[in-house]
Amino acid sequence: MNEGATKGAEGYTPFHPRWYRPHVSVYWWLGEWHYLKFILREISSVFVAAFVIETLFMLSALRNGPEAYAHFQQCLRNPLVIVLNVVSFLFIVFHTITWFNLAPSAMPVRVAGKRLPDALVAAPSYVAWIIVSGFVCWLVLR
Amino acid sequence: MAKPSNEAFFWMLFSAGGVVAALLIPVQLFLFFIAFPLRWLQAPSYDYLLSLARMPLVRIYLFVLCSLPLFHWAHRFRYTLYDGLKVKHLTGLIFVLCYGGAVMGTAIAAYLLWAI
Repeated sequence: MNEGATKGAEGYTPFHPRWYRPHVSVYWWLGEWHYLKFILREISSVFVAAFVIETLFMLSALRNGPEAYAHFQQCLRNPLVIVLNVVSFLFIVFHTITWFNLAPSAMPVRVAGKRLPDALVAAPSYVAWIIVSGFVCWLVLR
Repeated sequence: MAKPSNEAFFWMLFSAGGVVAALLIPVQLFLFFIAFPLRWLQAPSYDYLLSLARMPLVRIYLFVLCSLPLFHWAHRFRYTLYDGLKVKHLTGLIFVLCYGGAVMGTAIAAYLLWAI
């Protein structure tokens, strides 16, 4: 893709004058709410992975029979696990909201040459969220 | 890190996983890991859940629920480590650990859902 640029760079000796670089602290994201929000959003992915691992354990217990499943449910009632899952839930809802609200910026929708308002582009995602959640509840609880 | 041409592929997986995580994980997590353990709602019986998990469409659903969000995690976590904690010198190792983890989780999910 950038062949011209790469070829042009071949004769270039990489030289990085350190003294021109401002030092950025490892905690650069703590200072401002926008940066903190960004990092919290990125960290939500850890809870996404934790949820998947938990679900894999649940499927494994389900496969191993009623006793194994009952034991797994007992583990889920541990107050520490409950707290962890509530924190996970909050992070993942944060992911959902930031994800849906990002869509209008990532792919602006134009109708008759005019950009639709962000809220209107994000709205279908929220509607889909409600419908899908309702369907899962119905299937599991019926 | 991968060549720039591979980045689009990983970004697609990240994006698809982000959609799946946003739509499905809140309700799944709330029901199975909060509402049922706290007895806010009557948990379904073991037999019903097993019969549900053995339906072909539900198997595909659970596979997607487990696999794609892991690739979402791999991408995001990788960049969090690169940018957030500024550990750019371990790029190759982080890449292998993140995507290796996602591939392993996918394989485990495939096995469990096939054998359930």
